[in-house]
Amino acid sequence: MTLLSVEKLGIDFGGLRAVDEVDFTVPAGQIVSVIGPNGAGKTTLFNMISGIYRPARGRVMLDGRDVTGTPTHRLARMGLSRTFQNLQVFLQMTVLENVMAGRHLSEGVHVATDLLGLGASRRRNRASRAEAMRLLERVGLDRGAHREASSLSYGGLKRLEIARALATEPRLLLLDEPAAGCNAVETEEVDRLIAEIAASGIAVLLVEHDMKLVMKISGHIVVMDHGRKISEGKPEDVVQDPKVIEAYLGTDAGRRETVAAD
Amino acid sequence: MARLSPRAATLIALAAIALLAPLLFPSSFYYRIGALIFINGLSVIGLVILVGFAGQVSLGHAGFAGIGAYTCALAPVHVGLHPALAMVLGAAISAVVAWLVGRPILRLSGHFLAVATLGFGILVYMVLNNESWLTGGPDGIAVADIGLRDLLRDYDIKVTASQLWYWLGAAALLVGAFLALNLQNSPTGRALRSLHDSEVAARTIGIDVARMKLTAFVVSAVYTSVAGSMLAMMNRFVTPDIAGFMHSVELLTMTVLGGAGAVFGGFVGASILTALPQLLTVFEEYENLLLGVIMMLVMIFLREGLVPSIARRLRRGGSK
Ligand SMILES: Nc1ncnc2c1ncn2[C@@H]1O[C@H](COP(=O)(O)OP(=O)(O)OP(=O)(O)O)[C@@H](O)[C@H]1O
Ligand SMILES: [Mg+2]
Repeated sequence: MTLLSVEKLGIDFGGLRAVDEVDFTVPAGQIVSVIGPNGAGKTTLFNMISGIYRPARGRVMLDGRDVTGTPTHRLARMGLSRTFQNLQVFLQMTVLENVMAGRHLSEGVHVATDLLGLGASRRRNRASRAEAMRLLERVGLDRGAHREASSLSYGGLKRLEIARALATEPRLLLLDEPAAGCNAVETEEVDRLIAEIAASGIAVLLVEHDMKLVMKISGHIVVMDHGRKISEGKPEDVVQDPKVIEAYLGTDAGRRETVAAD
Repeated sequence: MARLSPRAATLIALAAIALLAPLLFPSSFYYRIGALIFINGLSVIGLVILVGFAGQVSLGHAGFAGIGAYTCALAPVHVGLHPALAMVLGAAISAVVAWLVGRPILRLSGHFLAVATLGFGILVYMVLNNESWLTGGPDGIAVADIGLRDLLRDYDIKVTASQLWYWLGAAALLVGAFLALNLQNSPTGRALRSLHDSEVAARTIGIDVARMKLTAFVVSAVYTSVAGSMLAMMNRFVTPDIAGFMHSVELLTMTVLGGAGAVFGGFVGASILTALPQLLTVFEEYENLLLGVIMMLVMIFLREGLVPSIARRLRRGGSK
């Protein structure tokens, strides 16, 4: 069953066609990866899918409904959440509070109750705290729950964003380079975490440069270059595609080894 | 022993200060300064919610103090409302006005609120100044007595006006602090604080950013409106200056000086900047200049404000 489908999506920045004519689908509960050299348009694609940018062309369909241009917070309500390549952690909160903030949709907004500190307010806090602790355990951050978020390592912050996104109970999770800047051990953890997320029935759309990770966990790969989709298919087929090899060799020789290594 | 929550600690500290400070007062004049500190503190706690929690800046908050104050002056005369009830009416008017002003602006992202509230504050000031037939114009207008001292006298309790407003101000401050502290660690408070750190991340967890900003703006407007009403009732007189740009800047400087992120910080900022002009006449003469300098120094050296910066330094020192 198709959860997300992107149809001929495009956007321009000035004269630059940052994303053009991109289409693909994400089935429920699967891991689909988007790869491509730096500047290929992967993050821009994410920003359009998650409602941060309004696409100039094309459509985004969630559950068969056209959600093109739907505000991000409404998409979250419909089950789409994401993390960011350039971290967007709430740095003035504790680790725990970051994830509790992710419970916003189930908490609802009850201003008077919260100002008066009524029992209902405390109950919602307790429920959020319990759920947040469970998620922190899942991403391996439960031990530092009460520390300031800013004290976490880079890899820790990445996992914190994942926990916060999971707190919204998404059906589709967009992860923009979750393993960037992580050491080998941390990458292993991210790898295991994403597999677990998918196993729990959440579809994952992943942008990641670490080819080993991508090859291992993706069911389907979309390859982008210069804003366009140049190839897609099963991991083993995509790496054989001459267009993919050329895109990587032509623009970024440094990536050759990572592709060749698989 | 269970450790005191920051919420309880702040409330106890504020109550202790209010109860014990009079023991140190050299003269009854100081009750008036104390009352001013508490009432300004109340306004500033409202701004802590707006600036410190939600990360939005208002340059026209004094406009709400003006609405609160003039409602207390006018409603008793024109509609026969008791001044204390007029305070409630003023708060309701401020809430509605804040909602109307904030709604269109807060849909836009960026710092439009600062600019728009600047305009709003000037507008309120001009109306109060120019519509003399109603407001008395630049000369100001008298405010009816709330009659509380007469009532107390019937019970043989004799207090001066300054003493009365000292205790009323302390009570209002404590209530205001109680509400803000509840809010801070509640679901709504977390949603507000998340805007402060990253609006885009707030959106991805389902927060309606425009709606939450509007909520903070309306709540903070009510705080400042009530404080404006109390000032008017204490002074038994009010002039358009209460809604002036300088008053807005004063409130904002108090907020960032103490540390916008915390209720107690707001109180410290209000204390310092209320007491200084009363105690040092130089400060009064150069108030505009000094407010500017303080604002700049805070922005450069104490981004979080006095209280959090000192607390951090103490924590660091303590953990060594
Ligand atoms: N807001 C923006 N304004 C103007 N140009 C932009 C903007 N965002 C992205 N671009 C440009 O669009 C192109 C695609 O950028 P994008 O960030 O989507 O690439 P990416 O595939 O995520 O790259 P990376 O692997 O480095 O993260 C780049 O040329 C970039 O400079
Ligand atoms: Mg990117």
